[in-house]
Parts: sequence; structure tokens; C-alpha cells
Amino acid sequence: MSREINVKDITAAITNLAISSNRKLPDDVANALTAARNNESLPLAQTTIDDIIKNQQIAADQKLPLCQDTGMAVVFLEIGQQLQITGGDLTEAINCGVAQGYTDGYLRKSIVSPLKRENTNDNTPAVIHTNIVPGDKLKITFVPKGGGAENMSRLAMLKPSAGIEGIKRFIIDAVREAGPNPCPPIVVGVGIGGNFEYAPLLAKQALLRTIGSKADDEDIAALETELLTAINKLNIGAQGFGGKSTALAVHIATAPCHFATLPVAVNINCHVARHQSVIL
Amino acid sequence: MSDIILTTPLNKEQLQSLKIGDKVLLSGIIYTARDAAHKRLVALLVNGEKLPFELPGAVIYYAGPSPTPPGKVIGSVGPTTSGRMDDYTPALQDAGLAATIGKGKRNQSVIDSCVANKAVYFAALGGAAALTAQCVKEAEIIAWPELGAEAVRRLRVENMPLVVINDTNGNDLYIKAVEA
Repeated sequence: MSREINVKDITAAITNLAISSNRKLPDDVANALTAARNNESLPLAQTTIDDIIKNQQIAADQKLPLCQDTGMAVVFLEIGQQLQITGGDLTEAINCGVAQGYTDGYLRKSIVSPLKRENTNDNTPAVIHTNIVPGDKLKITFVPKGGGAENMSRLAMLKPSAGIEGIKRFIIDAVREAGPNPCPPIVVGVGIGGNFEYAPLLAKQALLRTIGSKADDEDIAALETELLTAINKLNIGAQGFGGKSTALAVHIATAPCHFATLPVAVNINCHVARHQSVIL
Repeated sequence: MSDIILTTPLNKEQLQSLKIGDKVLLSGIIYTARDAAHKRLVALLVNGEKLPFELPGAVIYYAGPSPTPPGKVIGSVGPTTSGRMDDYTPALQDAGLAATIGKGKRNQSVIDSCVANKAVYFAALGGAAALTAQCVKEAEIIAWPELGAEAVRRLRVENMPLVVINDTNGNDLYIKAVEA
């Protein structure tokens, strides 16, 4: 038995996600910002996070995007293997939804050709990651990813001898070097293992995990806690003005890798850690 | 600590009195320009041609707003990362640019130029772009509309919240914060 879904429904869903994800933070991110505010003692850090929190209400009331950088559209698809997609081309349907959402929602079109820097004028193409899963549903996750934080992200092919200490050093150095640039408080997504192209994907997916949730593996959960504590002692603070709120969370995803390699990727998200999902 | 109220045009005495970490509420005229506009501004400067606005005493805001919805003055308009403009800033400050607004670190040549020219670098609130939009009372594209979000805009702002990052004495709030 297979179930059918028309690409028109996918386009409509993407349009809605593009607009709503740019105007409203996920609850876990909003709650983490409030917790960070309550944990601050430095007056400048307090007022800075107060303004970041106030911005959420203004964006909602005024129907404005939270940030003028409404990102590159990153779309994760979990396609049930019993699902049949009908009525047209899936990739085209997604890009059509992106173009529609960024136009209707008065969102900034930030996508240019890499060398000539010519704007595509509708924020397409999206970066699309597909995964085939059991079932007959389609889960779409829409992630508007800003350029400033993306620029501060890093990939290293460490020597396996670097070990856990080398991994920690690389992650903390990436955050330290980024400093105020990626708009802290940040979310730190880490991918360890896989290979040269898979580690960064793991890091990006790690950004989507609910803040406050615990990693399945106990050792990884402990490593996340240790890294978050170390990062929040760097004193970069909200917007780099100092204080305890450099990061809201460190999320690590792992995958087995070749015994000659140790890939580590750090993908940084700004405090406007936007993402929204829908299941069709 | 109360906020320091500043109104454009900014004079050197006002700028020299600012210290890193000071909170400022800025009112008056500022100009948006980011990567593409900076390339063109400096090209005009090098060729001795007229710029779209007078540099002496001016304030540049590194920002590319989201599109203006109907009935609004401007879309969301937070700062972009300033470091990408570092190669252009000393030349503009040598020609009189009084202050820049953005987010993130400047390089040593900009910090030195701030000292030499008595110029100041402010941070606006990165990512709090809907809030900043409320401070913009008038907005007009004055050059290079073909650049879209990157066009040069003349903004009239009221009480725009800023923090002094680099003062006229060579100090840097970002460095001081992590040394604390």
C-alpha cells in the first residue's frame, strides 16, 4: 500500500514554514534565552539579552522577521518509503515554496552566484537533504541559516591520535575565534566522525535537537556538558560584550569513521536559532 | 549606568569622550552600506569622485534590511558582520567618516584608524532586527538601488541602542571582555 502526496501540498507547506520560522523562535530556544538572562549578573549582558527577548515579541506583533538575515533555506526531508510524490518535480516544488515564502513574507533574498555575486532574487535554490525512512509520511524541517554564524563554522580532519582532548580543543578554539561575530549566545552543533562531507551534516542536524535534551550516549552527554561549561567560561558573552551567556547549548552527533580519520565539524548557530517542522 | 544620548552630526569631542562598554542611544541620520556598496564607495573615493553622501561627520551602518512590508518604514534591520568591511574602513575614516555601526571584531588597522581619526566603532544588537526597525523613522534609498538589500539607504533613527566597541584610545570591548 502506498500513499500519494501532491507536490502542490509540499510547496504550500514550505511557503508557510519559510514565513513562520523566520518570525518565531522554537520554544526551547526562547526558554533557553530567558534562562540565560536570569543567570546573568553583568548589567550589560542582562540588558542585551532583554533586548533579544523583546525582539521576539516585536517580530510577532509587527509580522517582521526576527533577523534581517532570513538565511539560506536549508530543507531536511524525511520521506517515507511507502510515499509516492505526484504532480511534478520535488526539488522544483521546494524551491517554488521558498520563492513564494520569501516574497510573500517580505523576507530578504540573500542568495547570490558564488563568483559574480549576482542575486537569484527569490532566495533559491534551497539546500535540500533527503533521507528515506520507513512509513508513508513526509517530514519537512525548514532551517533559515544566517550567513554570519555559518561563516564561523569549521571542519577539521584531525589525526586519530588527537583523541578526545584534540576534539575538545578544536571545538573550543572554533568558538573562541568566532568571538562576537556569530551573534552569541550561540548554539554549537558538532559532528564527530563520518567523513569529509558527512561530519558537517551531522553538525547541522545537531543544531536542530531540542535545547535541554540529553544525548542518548552517556559519554557524549557528559562531553556536551563539559564543553558548554568551558565555552561559557570564555566570557565572550551575549553579543561578545562579556558575561556567562556565550552558548545556550552544545549538541554533538556522532557516526563511525574510517580508522585512519577523525573528522570533526563545528556548525554555529546565532541566538536566532530558527527551525520548524511539519509532517504531511 | 544611564545611556549616553547622541545626535548626528557627531563631533570629535563627543566621540573622544566615549569609552568601551558605554551604552549609547543614537538619533539622527545614518547611512546603510555593506559589502558591495563599500567596494563602490572606496572606488569613488580613490578616483576623486563625489560620494552619495558627505563623509565628514557621517555614520555608516553595516546593514541590509529585509524588504519593507506595506505600511512600514523599513523591514527588519540589524547589523551584519563588520569585519568584511575592514579593508575599506580606514580610507573612509581618513576622509572624515566619524563612526561605524555593525557587529563583530574589527582588525588592527581599523582600530588604529579609529585612534588616528578620532572615530568610533559601535555594535548594534545582532539578531534583534525587528527591535532596531522600530528606531527607524524614515528610510530612503539614495544610491545603487540595483544592489537591493545592499543599496545605500539614508535612515533617520531615534534612540537606536548601541554599545561602544572601539573607542578613540585604541581600546576594544571584545578583547577586554575575554580578558576579564
